[in-house]
This record gives sequence, C-alpha cells and structure tokens, in this order.
Amino acid sequence: MTSARRAPGIAPARLPGDALAANFADLHPRLGDHEALVAADRCYFCHDAPCTIACPTEIDIPMFIRQIQGGDPKSAAKTIFEQNILGGMCARVCPTETLCEEACVRMTAEGDPVEIGRLQRYATDALMAENGHPFSRAPETGKRVAVVGAGPAGLACAHRLALHGHAVTIHEARPRPGGLNEYGIAAYKAAGGFAQAEVDWLLRIGGIEIVEGRLGEDLTLDALAADYDAVFLGIGLAAVNALRAEGEDLSGVQNAVDWIAGLRQASDWAEVPVGRNVVVIGGGMTATDAAIQSAKLGAEQVTLVYRRDRAAMAASDFEVDLAAASGARVLCNARPVRVLGEGRAQSIEFEYTETGPDGLTGTGETFALPADQVMKAIGQTLVAPAGLEIEGGKIRTDAEGRTSRPGVWAGGDCASGGEDLTVTAVAQGRDAAESIHRALGA
Amino acid sequence: MADLSNTFVGIRSPNPFWLASAPPTDKEYNVRRAFEAGWGGVVWKTLGLDPHVVNVNGPRYGVLHGPDRRVLGLNNIELITDRPLQVNLDEITAVKRDYPDRAVVVSLMVPCEEAAWKEILPLVEATGADGIELNCGCPHGMSERGMGSAVGQAPDLIEQITRWCKQTTRMPVIVKLTPNITDIRGPARAAVKGGADAVSLINTVSSITSVNLDTFSPEPSIDGKGSHGGYCGPAVKPIALNMVAEIARDPECRGIPISGIGGVTTWRDAAEFIALGCGNVQVCTAAMTYGFRVVGEMATGLERWMSEAGHPSTSAFQGRAVPNVTDWQHLNLNYVTKARIDQEACIKCGRCYAACEDTSHQAIAMKPGRVFEVKDDECVACNLCVDVCPVENCITMERLAPGTVDPRTGKVVEDGYANWTTHPNNPARVAAE
Repeated sequence: MTSARRAPGIAPARLPGDALAANFADLHPRLGDHEALVAADRCYFCHDAPCTIACPTEIDIPMFIRQIQGGDPKSAAKTIFEQNILGGMCARVCPTETLCEEACVRMTAEGDPVEIGRLQRYATDALMAENGHPFSRAPETGKRVAVVGAGPAGLACAHRLALHGHAVTIHEARPRPGGLNEYGIAAYKAAGGFAQAEVDWLLRIGGIEIVEGRLGEDLTLDALAADYDAVFLGIGLAAVNALRAEGEDLSGVQNAVDWIAGLRQASDWAEVPVGRNVVVIGGGMTATDAAIQSAKLGAEQVTLVYRRDRAAMAASDFEVDLAAASGARVLCNARPVRVLGEGRAQSIEFEYTETGPDGLTGTGETFALPADQVMKAIGQTLVAPAGLEIEGGKIRTDAEGRTSRPGVWAGGDCASGGEDLTVTAVAQGRDAAESIHRALGA
Repeated sequence: MADLSNTFVGIRSPNPFWLASAPPTDKEYNVRRAFEAGWGGVVWKTLGLDPHVVNVNGPRYGVLHGPDRRVLGLNNIELITDRPLQVNLDEITAVKRDYPDRAVVVSLMVPCEEAAWKEILPLVEATGADGIELNCGCPHGMSERGMGSAVGQAPDLIEQITRWCKQTTRMPVIVKLTPNITDIRGPARAAVKGGADAVSLINTVSSITSVNLDTFSPEPSIDGKGSHGGYCGPAVKPIALNMVAEIARDPECRGIPISGIGGVTTWRDAAEFIALGCGNVQVCTAAMTYGFRVVGEMATGLERWMSEAGHPSTSAFQGRAVPNVTDWQHLNLNYVTKARIDQEACIKCGRCYAACEDTSHQAIAMKPGRVFEVKDDECVACNLCVDVCPVENCITMERLAPGTVDPRTGKVVEDGYANWTTHPNNPARVAAE
C-alpha cells in the first residue's frame, strides 16, 4: 500500500478502498432525533429573524425550527421547501457560516449559532425519505416553458412553473441533470447519490420533461423563443479562465471543475486519478474543494496557492479550515509564473506578490513546488448567448430575472445579481418562475 | 464559614437538607447511602398498618420534560410502603443507631381511627426515631381509602389525628399538608389547633402529566388506563413557595415551624424556602433525577451564599422575606417603573418586541438596524419583556423618580406610598390618613 500511496505522477487508488470510503463519507451526517431537539431548542424564534433575512431564499427558519421542536420535522420540511425546493441540497452545501448562521443572534450572544444547516437537513431528510411529494400541481394551463440548464436555477424554476400548471421542458447539455449539484459540489457534501435522488424527488411534481440539448449547438435562443411561451436560461458559467502562464498546456495541468466533475461521476473512488504532488491555484470554493478532495484521495502533498492575501479569499473560513484539516497547505500572496516539466508537469514556479498602491505586483522573488498535477480554479466565465445584453460578464437581468429580450428570463450563475451560490440560483429560478407565471397569465 | 447545622422542632441535623418521605427513603439500604452522601436527615417513606399495601405492577411515574429531557416535573401513583411494618421498624432502628447525628423522622398513614394511631405510635417510638410526620397529603390511591389527601382536605380530621398523636407520643409531630385544597391556611390552622409541632408542605399536586395520542391513555398508563398522580419537582416550586408564605404570615399559624417541600433542586431554592419562613427543606425529585450526590451542591452552595451574604446560620435569614409578602391592595401604586433595554447587551432577537407588540402594550419600538427601544408613553412596566429576553439583565426595570412626569399617564410621580385602599377609583376606599 505504501508504494501505491507514493506512486509517481497522477495515479488512481493511492489509498485502500476503506480509507477512501471513510474520507468521502458525509461531512455532517444527519442529526439524530434527540440531537435535533437539543439543537432546535437553542433557537430564540426571533422576531423578523435575521437568519431568514440573510437567506437568499428567505426560508422561515424560526418556524421550521419550532416545528422540529414540536416533534414535527415533516412540517418543518414543507416550510423549507415552500421557499426552496432544493432545501435538501442547500442544507448540505450552503456556506451557512456566511449566511443564516452568521446572522443568528446567538453569534452576537455567544459566538455559537444555532445549527441551522444541520437542522434543515434533519427536516428535509425526514420528508424526502417518504414516498411522494409534498406539493400538488395546479391544473394544466396549456402554456409551455423552455428551461435551459438542469442546474439549481433551472430545476427551481421548472418546479415552480410546473406547480402553477405550466408544462416545462428542460434542455440539459450534460448526460445527467443537477448541474453543479451533480458535477461540482464536493462529494463529501452530497454523499449517497443525493444530487440525483433530489432531482428524482423534485420531478415528482409532474409536468417536467428533461431533454438533451446545448445552447449554441443544437439549440438557439430564437428557436426556443419561437417554440415556447417563455424561456428561462440557467446555463451557468461554462468557460474556465486561463492561467496565462508558460507551460499551461503541459499534461497534468487541468481545470479543477473538470477534475471534480470526473470525480463526482466516478463509480468508485479508487478509479479517480490524483497527483502525488498536487498544486491548486485559486482562492474560491472550487479551489478548496479540489484541494480537499485531492488530499482525501491520498495525494501526498497538496498546496493551495492564492495570489492575494488570506482575507481576500472567496472561500469561507470554514472551507479554508477544512482544507487545512484535510492536510492541504494554504499558501497566499503567490502567483504562478510557469509550469515546468518534460512532456508533463513536474513542478510549478511561483512569484511572491504584494498589494500596494499599484494593486497586486510581483516581488521578483520566486520559488518552485513539485507538481505532478496542477489544477486551475481561478474562476469560470459565461459563454454568452447571442442577442442578450451582458453586464459585468453576466446576462443582465432585473429583479424578477427578466433579460433584455422580452420572453426570456435568466437566473443562477449566468445571471447578474447575487453570489454564485446554489441557494442564490434557487431563489432566482423560483422568482423568475413567478415572473413568468404572471406574464403568462396576463 | 457559615454554619449549616440545623435544629427543627428539637431535631438536630448537620444541615437543613432532609430527604422527603418517598421512594428514596423506602429502606435501610437507600437511607444509609443517603447519609453517606451527606443528607442531614430523612423522613422515612410512609408506614401503614399490616397487611401492607400493594403497588401497581406497571409504571408508577410520569414526567414533564423540558429541553434536553430535563425533568421539570414528575408525577407518581406509588402508594405508601409495600413492605411489612416490622421490616421497616427494624431497619429504622438500625439506621438511627448507626447515624445518631442525622434526623430520622417517620412518615405515617393509618386509618382515621384513634385505635390505629395508638397501635402504631409506640412501635415507631421504640425505634428511636426523632419524630413523626403525618401523611395528610398523598392525592392518589390512599385517598380513595379515606387516607392521605382525603384527610388533608378535611381540617376536622387533621385536627383530630394530630391531637391523638400528640396525646399518645412524646415524639414531635409534623403534619404534612396537601396542596390540593382551596386555601392552605385551613388545614394549617387545624394542625395548629390539634397541637402539631410543625407543618410540612407541599405534598404532591394532583396531576395527569400527558396523554398518549396513539392509545388515548393518560400517562403513566397501566394497561391502557391512567389514574391521576401526585406532581412534584421544579415545576411545583412556585405553588409551594406561595403556600409556605400563606402559612408563614397567617396570624393564626404564627410561629408554627414549617418544613419546606416542593421542587427544591439547588441551594438557591432551599434559601428561598427558608427566607419565606421554613426551618428546613425536604427534597425528593432532585434526588430521584440525579441521585443522592446532589446534596453536595446544595450544601456547599448554601454555605457559600450564607458566608458571602453574612448570614452565620440559617436562622439568621429564616423568614426574612415573610414581611415582604403582602396583599395586592397594599402594593405601592406610586412605584412607577419603565423598562430599560441595555443596547450593548442586546442581541437583537426581537422577542421583547414580539411579546409587547402582540400580547402586551405596544410599548417597544423596532427601529432600523434592529434597535429596540421602550416607548415610555406606552410602557406600563408589566415586566413581560424582561421575562422573555434571553439575555440576563439586558432589560431591567428602572424607577421613575418622584417629581418626574410619567409620559404614559401625564401625571407627576408622587413621593411616598399610596395604595388601592385609598385610591379614588376604589368604590370601597377608605379615607387616606
């Protein structure tokens, strides 16, 4: 086993199967009944609760926690799903430490919030474990809506439209629905095939079909607008920023999102190849997810390198701490200069940086890290559909999700407004659906 | 350090914490362990005449839980001892012989006949026990046979059996009272008239703790049926404190020693009972929940508080709160207060706002930034905000100085004392002096 662990280059099965299974087990398992009651009891049932205000989907958090206190987690789940149909996934992946739990008044009181995320999972798991679906569809309206992208925004939009009786066709470019829930979220946050199970559960509302199709290839916005009564775009950010460093084309240098997608689709952790020495470049959640999962797969040395200082990292404190706890090293204020290697990446050279009046500048001082695998996690960009106004690299939308083109709405990471989070995508998809519903009813 | 040693109706114990007559004092094994743990005394679980009673063979206890299954209240349908009288008498004799410094009082319950009392009293006296407690309180089971609370609810019977006991035994007689009556002073006065050396209260409160929504049986359920039990524990403490105070300030009961019972869980509870006039306290539910070792916290806590507060003995503060218990009509209407919110301490939960806005006097404003402020022109000083605030001392009541104007009434706060008896709105007012 020692030799497998230290195999040179990029190799699968660095750890035995049981170690891999343990490493990729649920990060936060479901609370037990008594644990949930104790955790729920800490909620003060605040008036006009700050946690609800902090939630992009505005879940009535004090109410659902009170329903848990009353021994009724299924009603709690319905309270959650009424606002956020992907409340199960959000319970697992939301950066609660920067949203609801940061706003919890117990943070002010004692620096220790109510465990809202884990309570949400406790409730949603209870209801999702049952067969059936908690909502029933309104009578068919005869209206047809195209949703492009089966990610969180598209699914939330489709569910709400179907609820109102509209017929929805989701056009999805990838083989499986779920978007980043299926291809992007860290595996230990959506253990047990949860992303797929959640989509299956969501589709039980009825009135939603998913077909394969990619905008700009077999689909055009004009054709969709002509064929359907309304169009919603939840196409995410399909392109990845380039490193613009020498040696970027060497074997072993890849996009973190692609490597993670491969990991998420693997049927066995032992099939996923990972470098002995991994360097991840970036400062966001994708970077931490890649670093943590590399370490969990058994990479000997994992270094996360970010060009600015620690405070500027987009990844939350929790994620950075988790990376460190997983064995990854976090190195700030260094930027890549070139990837070195004979035919494949073997090391990467960095230059230290500093922030001054001229912004970020190199100090001229360099160092090299051994690197069999270099993962780029420096942001994704929109592949903009033709004919829509773009604002700050995103499709410009108004508060209801309407784009510059009548009859076309957009939401999620591809649209302007809000952070690139699952929960934000759900809120935008849901609100766009309500806007579409109003428009179709007029 | 303060001295916890205690003398109650002539019975000495190293501290004022006695275990109440109940399952913890059911037999020699328990009582020896209790004494080793530090309890000052016990009231042995109630004896009766043979043939001994039998208990139900299903559950005997029901519970009211607080958060994290904290026991807030227990109810029980257990009867008096279900062991032969002589077994108990022998064990009491052995325990008292080995623990001469501890109080051993024996609880008794026999039919309301003079012969029955005259039969059992000499037997108890022969054990060397320090005193007897007449169980006029248990509300379940035995009351259906004309004993327990059936006696405690009939002052004539209390007076009668107390007198029989006083005429028969040299031992001090403590009469244990039931709270399941309209006015606790009636039974207490009867005990005094009968010559009681002391009263102890409260016994348990008639109760059903819960209903099973699957079987629709009350809990605890015996084969699908339930019977009311006797409720005790922290939940009954406020009821007990009031009844103790009623007796402590009743002229007809003046001076009668009181043994306080009802939800004593920590040293502070004990101190409160003593401040309301009790000479000692009896504990049951805390021991039944946590075991005998809890007396350690009670004794050290009381001793530390007494030392720091300058009370050398329990008698130094015993009854100190009694003069401050009064009738509503004598409360000072010139005492005008307003709620004050400490903005530094506030965690902005808004519970004060919700409570006041929805259920009280709309006297708290919610301002931008979740700043909560009291509207003095609406605040009636009800204290609800203080009670629901999760942060201790964040909201306090501040008195308006005499001479200032109360913005709510527009009237100048008067100096001095004035109460309802002289208020112009009182049709039965008397002229102010």
